[in-house]
Formats: sequence, structure tokens, C-alpha cells
Amino acid sequence: MATTPKPRVRVPKSAAAGEVIVLKTLISHEMESGQRKDKDGKTIPRKIINKFTCEFNGQPVFSCDLDPAISANPYFEFSAKVTESGTFKLTWVDDDGSVYTDEQKIEVA
Amino acid sequence: MNRRLFAAHSALLLIVASITGKAVLADPVDDSLQIDGTEIITRAPAPEGLPFDQVLSGWLFREAETRATEADSFANPGMLAVERGAEIWNTVEGTMGKSCASCHQDAAKTMKDVGAHYPKWDAASGKPLNVELRINKCRVDNMGAEPYKFDDPNQLALTSYIKHQSLGTPVGIDLSQGQMQSWWDRGKELYYTRTGQLNLACASCHEGATGKYIRADHLSQGQVNGFPTYRFNTAGMVSLHNRFRGCIRDTRAEMPAAFSDELMALEVYVTWRGTGLSVETPSVRQ
Repeated sequence: MATTPKPRVRVPKSAAAGEVIVLKTLISHEMESGQRKDKDGKTIPRKIINKFTCEFNGQPVFSCDLDPAISANPYFEFSAKVTESGTFKLTWVDDDGSVYTDEQKIEVA
Repeated sequence: MNRRLFAAHSALLLIVASITGKAVLADPVDDSLQIDGTEIITRAPAPEGLPFDQVLSGWLFREAETRATEADSFANPGMLAVERGAEIWNTVEGTMGKSCASCHQDAAKTMKDVGAHYPKWDAASGKPLNVELRINKCRVDNMGAEPYKFDDPNQLALTSYIKHQSLGTPVGIDLSQGQMQSWWDRGKELYYTRTGQLNLACASCHEGATGKYIRADHLSQGQVNGFPTYRFNTAGMVSLHNRFRGCIRDTRAEMPAAFSDELMALEVYVTWRGTGLSVETPSVRQ
């Protein structure tokens, strides 16, 4: 899938204060490892998402570095405790400098 | 009862069990599948003429993690292809300035259950068409666009999108149309013909050895209700004819071309073998 990477994110629309919610994210990306060779024997340059972060109202929630052994279309599932309404901002950083982002609002009652 | 005779009986039973390979069977699991609230039929009564009572979805033969990935439409990476297919559906292409949606409007309505009944007889071309070929025919005849080459990512995405509109619908093809029956006959012949240096027919593995191991893998019935399928091993979508070719390659035989008459006949026959199973597109396999 050599199309522009497109994130999919699932966050509950609402939650109770102090509730632990589960966030799921998936992004389409080929995660080319840099170890493979093309038909002419030339190395296919590495192109992976190397960093993923999630912030809530500007505060870090989760982040990780990705390495070449991670397979295509990386999927993350993690949980967070929410105490106030706000916005999750999710960011994927590509080797070529591209940044893919997604924002999800949540209402906390 | 004669005690010694009873003991001898038990011993014999044990031997029989080990010969028939019961101990190494990777049986289909006892589990049920729902996707987004849609009940998926993974076991159905076998159509007349098959040597087993039930036809079983390949989903039942996969590991728990693989099964769970398919059951969650968010985690299923095949849904990325379906979403891409939805974009293509609405994209204008070709000299006539049309998209799929220009004629067929909302796929959720117009394509509902359509994919479950392919391949279908096409009188104009005098052969059965599968979804891929039907898309190409539409592109050429009605859009003035280039037909997709085999396994073009857009072909995979659009096929997945269209078949996904039949999620949960039982597979059933109409063999009474045109010469479908003779294509079915030809497909059946191919299914039971041993080919390649390993001298294997489709039936050698998928009928005679279902549930057993082939190296470290579990042999399913080779049902095609989930195609195009997302495979972890290639991290991408795999079309049915790609899968056919891969299987034939593994018997070390010469591979027929994709969409050739041989593989179309095989698709007609193998699709029929899964009559009654729900469409699972995009299914997830290892």
C-alpha cells in the first residue's frame, strides 16, 4: 500500500471522570526495513515510522520509538485515565520527515 | 466381560487412534465469530457431493490472536484496503468522467450481498466473471478507463470494498446460468488432478488432510469465502488467484496465469464448495 499513510484511531466519545479508557490506533504504512533488495540487487532505502506519541491537553500520555523490525501497518493499543474533558493528539513521525496527526475529543462527565 | 479381551480392545483402539493421526490433529476450534454485531457463519452443511458433513471457514483453523484480529474490525488491517476501496469508489477516472458511484451510487445499498454471488455467468464474454473481472469490464465499457492489471493495489482495494458489502451473507453461486455447470465440471476436474513435482491435487491437502499439520501450519478446507484476505506473512491483501497460484507453485507445478480459464473454472468450483459460509472479506490469516 504505497498510498499516503492514513491513521485510524478509536477513542471513546465520552467517559466518567477517573475512568480508564482504551485507545486503539492503526496507521497504514509499508515500514520498509532497509534490509531488503529490489530486483536489481539494490538496497531498498529504509522508510519507517520511527516515533509515535500521544498527548492529552498537551500532557504526554504515551510515546514510543519504532525500529525496523516492526511490521507494516503498526497497531497500538494502550490505556489512559481521564479526569477532564479534552483532546487526544496522536502523532506519527516518518523517516522522510512527514508527520501524520489525528485528534480525538472526549467528554468527561 | 472377559477382562483380557477388554484390555486388548483398548490397546487396539489406541493404535487405531495413533494411525489415523488423532493425536496430531489441529482440529477446527469450537468458537463463533461476530464482526461489528454481524453473525458470521463459519460452519454450514456441506453441499451435496462433498465428502464431509460440514464446510468450515478457514477462520476456525487459525490461532486465537489471528481470530481475534479478524473479529475486531478496527484491529483488522484489511479494513485499510476496504477504506481505500471506498475512496476509489468515489474517484472519477477515465474518458467518460465517471466514478463507480456515478452509476452505482451508495455501495452500501447497491453492492449489498452482490459479492456473495460471484463468479457469475457473463453472456457477452461467454465465461464466468469474478468481481475483479467485473470491475475491469465496467472500467473499460462504462468509464473509458484502463483495466486494472492483476493484483494492482487499487484492484485489491476495490474488490475488498465491494465484497465487504456482503459481510455475513452466505456464499451461493448460480450454476444454472449459461455454461456455469461445465465450468464447474472443469474446476472439479482440476481440483482432483494431481500436478507438479510433489504430485499433489488441491484435494490431497484440503480434503484428505484437513485439520492436520503441513509443516508448522494447520490445513484448512481451503475455503475462499474471506478473499481478498489480509495475510500477516505478506502484511498485505492477497487475492484469490494469487493464493491459487501460490498453492500451485508450492506443488512445484507450472502456474496458470491469473484470470486464465483454468483458474476461473477453479474459482467457480471452489466457491461452490463453500456454499453457505458467510463472506468474511477482508478475512485475516497468518
